[in-house]
Amino acid sequence: MDSRELEKLKKEALDARVKIIREIASFGSGHIGGSMSVVEVLTYLYYHEMNIDPSRPDWPERDRLVISKGHSGPALYAMLAKKGYFDESMLSTLNQGGTRLPSHADMTKTPGVDFTAGSLGQGISAAVGIALGQKIRGCDAYTYAIVGDGESQEGEVWEAAEAAGAWHLNRLIAFTDINGQQLDDYTENIIPMHKLDQRYDSFGWNTVEVENGHDFEQIAAAIAKAKEEKTRPTMILLHTVKSYGYIPGEGIKANHSMPVSKEKAEEAIAALLEREGGKA
Amino acid sequence: MKDTSVYENYRDAVVGSIIDLAKVHDDIVVLDSDLSSCLGTTEFQKEFPDRFYNCGIAEANMAAVAGGLSSVGLTPFIHSFGCFASRRMYDQVFISIGYAHRTVHIVGTDPGITAQYNGGTHMPFEDIALMRQIPGLIIYEPSDIRSLYELVQQVYATGQSSYLRTPRKGSTRRYGDDVEIRLGKAITVRDGSDLTIIATGVHLVSEAEKAAAALEAKGVSTRVIDLHTIRPLDAETITKAAAETGRLLICENGRYPGGTGEMISALLFKEGISAKVDFINVGERFGEVGSLSYLAETFGMTADNMVKKAEALM
Repeated sequence: MDSRELEKLKKEALDARVKIIREIASFGSGHIGGSMSVVEVLTYLYYHEMNIDPSRPDWPERDRLVISKGHSGPALYAMLAKKGYFDESMLSTLNQGGTRLPSHADMTKTPGVDFTAGSLGQGISAAVGIALGQKIRGCDAYTYAIVGDGESQEGEVWEAAEAAGAWHLNRLIAFTDINGQQLDDYTENIIPMHKLDQRYDSFGWNTVEVENGHDFEQIAAAIAKAKEEKTRPTMILLHTVKSYGYIPGEGIKANHSMPVSKEKAEEAIAALLEREGGKA
Repeated sequence: MKDTSVYENYRDAVVGSIIDLAKVHDDIVVLDSDLSSCLGTTEFQKEFPDRFYNCGIAEANMAAVAGGLSSVGLTPFIHSFGCFASRRMYDQVFISIGYAHRTVHIVGTDPGITAQYNGGTHMPFEDIALMRQIPGLIIYEPSDIRSLYELVQQVYATGQSSYLRTPRKGSTRRYGDDVEIRLGKAITVRDGSDLTIIATGVHLVSEAEKAAAALEAKGVSTRVIDLHTIRPLDAETITKAAAETGRLLICENGRYPGGTGEMISALLFKEGISAKVDFINVGERFGEVGSLSYLAETFGMTADNMVKKAEALM
């Protein structure tokens, strides 16, 4: 990746973060933690990797993304708005009655959302179904999915994993957003998700560790490796920081869903821009 | 019209109907959950090896995988025993199929007491109530080989998701080519003016026919309705029967709450039709192991019990 491309991606990610904070603040609260932790992977997929056409969200041959941790909807919406799937002004309708942007990603409501999620564990199964369906159809498109580390406590994640491994779905590239936290506490204090690399390896997946899930070059290298794989699905283990970029939520336990007033949002954005040395 | 006499039993008719659809429609795929030799989806696999996947003993994943398949333009038929096809994968059916507006056809075999020797763990009595909570989902339970074959064809044509309740074993042939089989339209198997028995599924419709003959001999003119489509409910045929005969005996191989008995009672109340009504169902009991005849006796799903209840209504 050249430095210009890297700078462009960083700028888009920063802009996405600002939009997500304002989007959640427009409602007054929301799933800020798990939205902020996936910004880089979403930015990379939408701005660099996925074969998509925002003017044709139903294009059958497109690459698809399933946000299995459906509560990251606000991050996905900011990205889709930026890409032109719908007008950016729609972001301020998040969770309002009649909105097309519900807290959890919904394919029947939002242009560009490839599958509905919200009941944890199901999205990864659906992504396996999509990847399998593309194989049956003889379509070369890639299917991407983002699973949470807390979500991986759901047994269904492992049912999906064993099926994808057995069916050799090498065009399925999934990520686990390992931000180390879940609603109640640090994942370590609830049900620890140890050795995910070995778990996926034993389920017949190619596994790639990304030590810093906010680093575009590491994400790029991991996806490149995934695309070399000829027989196995790939799980990219993204080590992230929950609430990364929404500074009031960084490093605290209760950052899954937080109240975010408009005033607080602007303070947080100013602090973020200062830290990142950028402009929104 | 398809010659369904080639099918030896219900399982052959279900799979045969899906195979016939798949010959014409290349969107059809079949998923099973380690029960393909039980239903015979292995026959589908032989004909369409690239359109069959065995998901193993992981029903919840199978249902959401089916939702994913549907989102790329494929139409999955997925199979498990009715207990697992309803209770075990309910949230996946609800969210990844129903709420996500996907089209998936669920085949739930061995409904109610037809689970026989697999016993209480395998005996779905509540599947109708569960599936009724999912908006737009068709629920059907045909009572013979021909109607089973035909209704699978018709359900596919609707483009809506569905839940099929069917036994695998047995070969009742109730309807000749002269009887119209239409999804959503109950069949009046026999006419009568004093009382109507509404029954669903092979076993109960057969028992209802026997009961009607016995009642006729006692001077009670008995109508028998085969309610093969549970949802959408054929309100017209039911309200007409209630108004004309004034007495209904509603028989289901399942539980009352959320089942056909409760559904029909609510319909009559809403329409302001007063009729004397009684029910045959499993009540507050769990299932248990046994032969079909033992279980029918235990749960009162017999012609004799129907006659007794009908006489009490007179």
